[in-house]
Order: sequence, then C-alpha cells, then structure tokens
Amino acid sequence: MLNSVKGMMLTLASTFQGLKKPVTREYPKQPTPVQPRFMGFPALTWDNDVDEPFCTGCMVCIRNCPTQCMSASMMDNPLNEEGKSHRRKIVDYFEINLNRCILCGICVEVCNFDAIVMSHEHEMSTYERNGDRVDLPALLDIGKKYQRETAWIPPTVLAKAKKEAEDAARAAAAENAEPAAAAQEAD
Amino acid sequence: MAEDRTGLATQAQMNAEPVEMLLNMGPQHPSTHGVFRMVLWVDGEKIVDVEPHIGYLHRGSEKLCEGEQYHQIITLFDRMDYVANFNNELVYCQAVEKLMGLAVPERAEYVRVILCELNRIASHLLYVGTIGLDAGAMTPTMFAFRGRERIQSLFEAISGARMMHNYFRIGGVKEDLPDNFEQLIAELLPLLKEDVEESDRILTFNEIFLTRLKDVGSISAEEAIDFGFTGPCLRGCGVEYDVRKAQPYSVYDRFDFDIPVGLDGDCWDRHWVRVQEMYESLKIIEQALEQIPEGEVVSSLGRRLIRPPAGEVYVRAENPRGEIAVHLVSNGTDRPYRLKVRPPSFCNLSAIKRLLYESWIADSVVILGSLDIVLGEVDR
Repeated sequence: MLNSVKGMMLTLASTFQGLKKPVTREYPKQPTPVQPRFMGFPALTWDNDVDEPFCTGCMVCIRNCPTQCMSASMMDNPLNEEGKSHRRKIVDYFEINLNRCILCGICVEVCNFDAIVMSHEHEMSTYERNGDRVDLPALLDIGKKYQRETAWIPPTVLAKAKKEAEDAARAAAAENAEPAAAAQEAD
Repeated sequence: MAEDRTGLATQAQMNAEPVEMLLNMGPQHPSTHGVFRMVLWVDGEKIVDVEPHIGYLHRGSEKLCEGEQYHQIITLFDRMDYVANFNNELVYCQAVEKLMGLAVPERAEYVRVILCELNRIASHLLYVGTIGLDAGAMTPTMFAFRGRERIQSLFEAISGARMMHNYFRIGGVKEDLPDNFEQLIAELLPLLKEDVEESDRILTFNEIFLTRLKDVGSISAEEAIDFGFTGPCLRGCGVEYDVRKAQPYSVYDRFDFDIPVGLDGDCWDRHWVRVQEMYESLKIIEQALEQIPEGEVVSSLGRRLIRPPAGEVYVRAENPRGEIAVHLVSNGTDRPYRLKVRPPSFCNLSAIKRLLYESWIADSVVILGSLDIVLGEVDR
C-alpha cells in the first residue's frame, strides 16, 4: 500500500514538472528542428559557379546503392564545348524512387564529385503511389534548398582547406623547430 | 444441463471434466512486441500448451547479405535488431575486420563503445516501458520514452539518423564525432542518469509490479543454459556470464564494471538485471569519455573496396538482448559466401513453451515481455 502511494507521488511530481516544462511537441504545428548531420532524402547539388549540376552521371552511387533506388544517364556537356565548364560529361537524366530509399547515405560517401547530398527533407508523403519518384529538376530543387539553408560547401573543398591549413601549421612548426635545433647544435 | 435449450453442452461439460480450449494470440496483438503469434491451449485460466509461430517479419536478411557488397551489409544489420542498431553494426564490422586482420584506430573503438552502451541504455529503457505496459502500467512507458528520445537525438547529431544509423564502418566509423559532442554528452548524461533512476524507482520495487512479476516464469540456471539463454535472461538465473567480461572484445577489458546477476530466474530478476545494467552502462560511458584519445577514426584500408581473403570467422558480442554472433564465410570476392547470424532473441524465445507451461493466461504477456524479444531479429 505504502509503495503504491510512493509510486503515485512520483507520477504526480512528474506531472507537475511536465506541466511546467513539457517534453512533447505538437508535431505538425511545431516542427522538430533536425540536427546538422541529419540524413533526409538524397538530393543533387547545383554548382553556382558554372550554373550546372555537380553530377556527371557517372553512376557510382547507383552501383553502390543497397536498394537500387536510383537510375541515371549521362550526356556530353554543352557548356564544356563552349569552354565554360571543366566537366566533359553531365547528368542527362536522374531519378530516385524515394519510397525505396533507406536513407543510408552510402551514395553520398561514394560520390567523387560532391554531387549528391542527404538533404534535410523528410516530409514528402504523397497521394499517388509513384508520387515519390523524383526526377532531375525536383532533385536539384531539393538540393538547392538544402545548399541555401545550410550554406553548403563541397566536402572536397573543405577537406582541401583543412589539409592546407594542416600543412601550413606543420611547416610553421618545422620552421620554429629549425632555429631551435640549430641553436642546440651550436651549444 | 440435459435440458440445455441451446444444445451446445457437450458430454464433457455435462460431466464437468476439464476442457481444453484453443486461444489465438497475435500476430496483431499489442503485447507480442511485434508480429509474434502464439496458439495457446488453455484449460480454464491455465496454459497447457503453446505453439509459437514466427516468421511474420521474415525478410531473408541472411540471404540478402549474400547478394550485397560488404559495405552495404551494414544497412541490413541495422534492420535486424532495430532497437539496438549500433550493437548489431559492431558485431558485423568486427567479423569482417577479424577476417581481414584489420586494426581499428583507438579512437574509433572508444566511439563505438560509447555508442553501443548508449544504445544498450536506450534498448533497456524501451524494455522498461514495454514491461510496464505488459504488467498494466502506462506511466513507465512515457517516462522511458523521454530518456530514449534524448539518446536518439544524440544519435541523430552523431550519425544523422535516429535509428538506422549506418555509422560504423569496416575499420572504424564513418566520420569523427561532431565538434559539439562533448557539450551534447555533458548535457545528456545527468538527464539520462535521472531517467534511468526514475524508471527504476517507478517500477522495480513497486508493490503491484512485484506481485505481477515475482515467481512468474521461473527457470533454473541449468535449464536456461540448455535452452541457449544469453544476456539478461541468463544472468537473471544467477549465471555470471557476459561476453564483455568472458571474452572481452573491442576495448571492454579497459573498463571497470560489474555484471548484475539475479537469483531465481523469474521475470522480476530478468527485469532487475536489465535495470542494473543501465547503471553499469553509464559507468562504462563515463570511463570511456575520460579515456578517449584523439586521432583517426577510420583505418585507411577500410576506405577501399572491401574484399576479405577466403576463410571463415565466428565473432560474438554482447547485445542488450544477449549474445549475438556472426559466422561469416568468405570466398575472396566482394560479397560474402554465407553469413549466419546467431540472434539472441531467437534463442531466448525458444524457451517460451517451457516458460508458459502451467502458467496463467494473464501472465503469458508478462513472461513474453520479460524475454525482451525483437521480432526483426527473431525472423531476420
């Protein structure tokens, strides 16, 4: 009996605390913010410098997808012929069946061109059975939205900058060490 | 009775003899923890025989593994025991690493241990919530899910997904912890400790809960071993066996923690062991956070196309539900020749016939709940 009262007290205390500081959210009205690393549906990125997609349609993501949810094809890049772009090939057609996608992020990891990202999009229910089969323009739209919202920098650019900074730091350390070593030798 | 107008009374009823009745439970039953079906033969309120039906969630994961490349299989392991994803990823990655003779960077090992132990707490919190429901209490579920939600938010910050992480890699982890990880975990741990204590306080020694669980579904240590029990179910019987201590993998030999052990092997002991394990996991996390070194998180070899040499390995690890093991046979190509999983819940569930025999119908739900099965793993 006493134990039941004790249990009741715990519940009561928690109720009052919950009224003061609620844990639950009224989800559709009050959306939960996602974490920066959140993996939503995959999307294709847009190269704003050249005004074309990063994707060259090389199909490495398609070969590595565990569920085979994508398909793509490539074509000769007209902008390359005009000399505006360094990409000789460009994506012609790209489709992802988001109903099949398991959001594993393997496509992003294997991509050599920073062309695909896991966007923060996760509310994409539709009324049609094939409504979640998104094509190239739609994927690029999601990608552009993601790039805009997160101030996206291509990972290879980030890695390059990081490596350069490390190299510079190492060179500086070596320079500092050299006079010290010389001083020691002189002693 | 002879003048029964409905004419339904049988000879047995007229003689007041016991009548066995067939009772179907599941697969769409909230207390079967998924899609598990039991056909119960009952005599009044006593269960005389049980016929468990599994396979409603069978996806052929083991066969699918044979058609996927080594780095793609991690996603399948996420979906086997969908309550303890990190622990499942760990055992698979360890199997491939052992076959390849791959050394994992120290930091990656610590990251793995921290995440696995957090996942163990998340899994046990879910268990506390569901056993509360099974025993007739709604409140613990709400409390437990609050704690579980906090852990999952941290997982989302680290791996990008709340449940299907795909974060561990063969030879390390996908990427380093986020920059604000220390702040996140410093915020999480005190709250988590409170949540664990609260889930312990509200249920473990509750009078009603004790009467519902104590001396229900008892099994002796010998029998438990014969049935292949592992994990909290076996430790609840008083056998001090934990793979983390018996055959330390990863960096578990560097931590100081105890193995909680029960006495009678009944439902309450299994519950108590799980609750105590959450405290032990917290201890491990704290020690790991102190010891975690700086450095690389993925071995450079793991980045290449993974093609282990021909051969086979058997690797085991401690899941929240028990001992999970992977038997991996490779023929030297980029896909495994055969991958067999020893799922802990499947082996623990094998004793359901013995545990339910001669018990009450009302207890069947609690007994099943105390085994803490995950159907994704039972059916694979």
